[in-house]
Amino acid sequence: MTENKELICINCPMGCRLNVTIEDGRVTEVTGNTCPRGREYALKEAVDPMRILTSTVKIEGAVHRVLPVISDGEIPLRQMFEAMAEIKKIDVTAPVKEGDIVLHDILGSGVNIIASRTMDRVD
Amino acid sequence: MRHYQAIIIGGGSAGLSAAVTLKDKGIEDILVLEKDREPGGILEQCIHNGFGLQRFKEQLSGPAYAERYIRMAEERNVEIKLNSMVIKLTPDRKVEYVNSEEGDVTVSADCVILAVGCYERSRGAINIYGTRPSGVYTAGQAQKYLNMNGYVVGRKVFILGSGDIGLIMARRMTLEGATVVGVAELMPYSNGLPRNMKQCLEDFNIPLYLSHTVTNIFGKDRLEGIELSEVDDKRNPIKGSEKYFDVDTLLLSVGLIPENHLADEAGIEMDPVTRGPKVDENYMTSIDGIFACGNGLHVHDLVDFVSLQAERAAEGAARYLSEGKSVAGVITLRNGSNVSYTVPKYIHKDAVINTEVFFRASRPMEKASLTVSCGDRLIRKLARRKVMPSEMDRVMIAAKDLKDLDGDIVISMEENA
Repeated sequence: MTENKELICINCPMGCRLNVTIEDGRVTEVTGNTCPRGREYALKEAVDPMRILTSTVKIEGAVHRVLPVISDGEIPLRQMFEAMAEIKKIDVTAPVKEGDIVLHDILGSGVNIIASRTMDRVD
Repeated sequence: MRHYQAIIIGGGSAGLSAAVTLKDKGIEDILVLEKDREPGGILEQCIHNGFGLQRFKEQLSGPAYAERYIRMAEERNVEIKLNSMVIKLTPDRKVEYVNSEEGDVTVSADCVILAVGCYERSRGAINIYGTRPSGVYTAGQAQKYLNMNGYVVGRKVFILGSGDIGLIMARRMTLEGATVVGVAELMPYSNGLPRNMKQCLEDFNIPLYLSHTVTNIFGKDRLEGIELSEVDDKRNPIKGSEKYFDVDTLLLSVGLIPENHLADEAGIEMDPVTRGPKVDENYMTSIDGIFACGNGLHVHDLVDFVSLQAERAAEGAARYLSEGKSVAGVITLRNGSNVSYTVPKYIHKDAVINTEVFFRASRPMEKASLTVSCGDRLIRKLARRKVMPSEMDRVMIAAKDLKDLDGDIVISMEENA
């Protein structure tokens, strides 16, 4: 069975419109991309969309009440709400450095949730 | 009165970039005045990724992008006064600021760089009819409450305006467990980047209502609902098209305006379209030695360009400090067809650098020809695809092309079939 999908590349602000041909659940052709990242994106997007996740976690002893965090790799879009439930359980204490891991291997994906900024201790 | 070589007003992405560049150009005696308790500006609340693709070839979060510039400023010993609000700027470059340690202080400088950022259009600015309950926020305000203060902003949300902040907040609120029932856009096309349409709305099946606006707000203490109406091609609501949405929160993402109280008061000449100062190729305003950059100059869609323009403003300021201002004649850049504005607005005929002109199209076009001309003379002609008003474009004008020009330069976009 051949299926055609139209996708918008989310790698950069250009937002290329991609046309993907899928045969028997496998991507056989990608057109409309400007760079190789577009092709790479389409291969995954047509089968199992992946996303970077950003959120916040509670922090004690810092200038703000919450610390922004980011996944250090992509997580399946279908697991976003499960991942959010895990992130909600986290509580950290200042000081925290940008890049510090606040949650290892979220949902067994091999991806870590890391601090996306430094927050010093404020007493 | 303490006198500096340069004072930068604002310690966000523009101010930090300008400070770093000034130091690298050997301008040592500089001061950054920041009203918040930490540097970084609006990036600190923009926790999503996608920043820095041009600059660092990476997809950073807003706070991570800011942190790189904060570190660069620290490495160069840039003096930043926090919690310091500038309340007055005079044409002779005196800057009055207040903070709780020093009180009311006036300092002066050989040059001043405005890096003041922008503010959001609010409910009052767009005159939405109805009651005045709590639960109506600007998107950026809600973003700060959620991402920096850790508050749940609402549970059932409608968003007016498809600008990027509105789209980003639609996803963020959804992930936080809220239900975003829809996003409405007055124009017949989206104002956000295509990637945000995809990953913020489509990913979560959030409906987008194009050519729609909010026409009534209900609720006594807390918002209880809104009325949405379709608009005609003159953007007037169509009677009979009203739909009611039961929501406790309305976010407004209806535009950003450069923050220019200081510039206005100083008598700087303003561009009525960008609502920021008119600047020349060195990013100098109509007042000698006062420069402008960042969202206080014109509202950007990418922070990478904020950093870039702030560096150029700092380079312009450094040139001004060493060589004084140009006395050559100026060429005015005019908005031709389908172009809503250009930055800079003026180029000196003796410009030593090629000038990169930033501009926006006034409507979406599938294919267009971009032309730079002066009278009958065509200076440049370039092809463009997928033109959107929400995406800033740029074109280079070579210094060598300026010498024998007689008249204004016109930048135009013509749609091609």
